[in-house]
Amino acid sequence: MEKVYFNPDVELASRDYLRAVQSARLIKMVENCYNNVPFYKKKFDDIGLLPGDIKSIDDITKLPFTIKQDLRDNYPFGLFAVPNEKLVRIHASSGTTGKQTVVGYTQHDVDVWAEGAARAIVAAGGTKGDKIHVSYGYGLFTGGLGLHYGAEKLGATAIPASSGNTHRQMQILQDFGSDILCCTPSYAMFIGESLKAAGVDSSKIPLRAGIFGAEAWSENMRREIEKSLNIKAYDIYGLSEIAGPGVAYECCEQSGMHICEDYFYPEVVDPDTLEPLPDGKYGELVFTCIGKEALPLVRYRTRDITALSHEKCACGRTLVKMLKPKGRSDDMLIIRGVNVFPSQVEHVILSLGMEPNYQIVVDRVNNLDVMTVKIEMSDALLSDSVRKVEDQENRIKAAMQTTLGVSAKIKLVEPRSLPRSEGKAVRVIDNREI
Amino acid sequence: MAIRQISVFVENKPGRLAEITGFLAEGGVSIRAFSIADTTDFGILRLIVSDTQKAAEVLKAAGVAVSITEVVGISIPDVTGTFAKVVKVLADAGENVEYAYAFLTPEAGHAYVIVRVDDNAVATAVLKENGITVIDEASIL
Repeated sequence: MEKVYFNPDVELASRDYLRAVQSARLIKMVENCYNNVPFYKKKFDDIGLLPGDIKSIDDITKLPFTIKQDLRDNYPFGLFAVPNEKLVRIHASSGTTGKQTVVGYTQHDVDVWAEGAARAIVAAGGTKGDKIHVSYGYGLFTGGLGLHYGAEKLGATAIPASSGNTHRQMQILQDFGSDILCCTPSYAMFIGESLKAAGVDSSKIPLRAGIFGAEAWSENMRREIEKSLNIKAYDIYGLSEIAGPGVAYECCEQSGMHICEDYFYPEVVDPDTLEPLPDGKYGELVFTCIGKEALPLVRYRTRDITALSHEKCACGRTLVKMLKPKGRSDDMLIIRGVNVFPSQVEHVILSLGMEPNYQIVVDRVNNLDVMTVKIEMSDALLSDSVRKVEDQENRIKAAMQTTLGVSAKIKLVEPRSLPRSEGKAVRVIDNREI
Repeated sequence: MAIRQISVFVENKPGRLAEITGFLAEGGVSIRAFSIADTTDFGILRLIVSDTQKAAEVLKAAGVAVSITEVVGISIPDVTGTFAKVVKVLADAGENVEYAYAFLTPEAGHAYVIVRVDDNAVATAVLKENGITVIDEASIL
């Protein structure tokens, strides 16, 4: 197969070239942070760091880390480095206590992000002539618009199907002849099963590749998706704080995701000591947004556990690869592509005036994540009327949906029935085999 | 006049009902009447017992969620159409019957019926106006 790249100048660049680009961009970025983000000016001043101390990408380790809490403390726009008139887009993802994590983009930032997504589509075999079927959710979530703009940047045809309405998704796949499907891997599984149930032979539809991300998936699941949809399935990585999907993407080798390190400089550090780790060692992934204007995060701790590899890739790309994330260094759950923190669930329960005796159980039923929140019954919640108890369940369910952005089943259980170990409650049971 | 009923939250799992009624037995509380309303995941056991206060204490100590509600008790003769009359009287007064259950009485030829309505005072008044015998806790216990 002929090897094709969206941006060969960068994707095949020498290490020296990449380092020169990274160094120049880091220097510029640090100046931007120092001059335009009071939060960073203070952080730099606190450790006696001046922008002039950063002379190359090697100096990155002199910089302080940024965590999600910093975004929350400066909610909503406190970390933006540009005035409102330069912003062209805002996205947001759910935060830890009901407050969202807000990210802003200038036109340049949207272009950078689209470039990453376009590289991903081409790495998955996409061309200008292809129809890119985007079944990620459109909205504040970055999934939908990320791949959409990537497809348009490439000059391909974006089909903004968004998520849900599987019947219509199947119709589009068959009637429009989508070439590449972009969605969460669990939704891809679901579409595959729905096609089978509807008696559609997947070898008879044109679809030939899928770009799946926003949640953890295994090699097993990849094989199942590839079989059921008769395609090749590629992984994609992104997080809204950094850009969105397209921060890193898989190539035909399917052995890790090439990071757009010309814009998003990666490090892997020990989550406890924060010391940088060498290639191949698993630790927490940290990104510095060296190529972004509106939200230039410095050494942002993603909480994803992965390892980097600079080994030569058979696809020809020289961009560093990150291996499939193994988990998280915090307690964040990803439910159907949506980030959920147990603390958010607790926040909802407390806000309803209930005792925080709860447990989150996550299962994968028919390849879709199902989150059940078990809450211990109390005298105050109980009534002699089944209808009133069910009203309570529905009230909790609605509040969860509003805060988490994803639906949860509510199951009331008997008082003191949830397990406690050494006084500390076991909050999350994740039964998903990924 | 109203009768106190204890409602108990019971998860749908084998043996749980036996455990809960066992707590009452150990506490020396006797069950006069009961009904169970169930959903897929849980049930609500409603009880009229010999000592409501004691029953609530025993169950709470055993970690069971408990709620006390006042309900209306009626004594009706075993004659065709009597219960229909009771329900009609309540309906005419705009009282919705959320649930009802009946049990045997020592009084020959009669049944006791527990009804749960929105307003006990209104229901009691209209029942009495229509010649229906409303009973109090003492007459059951």
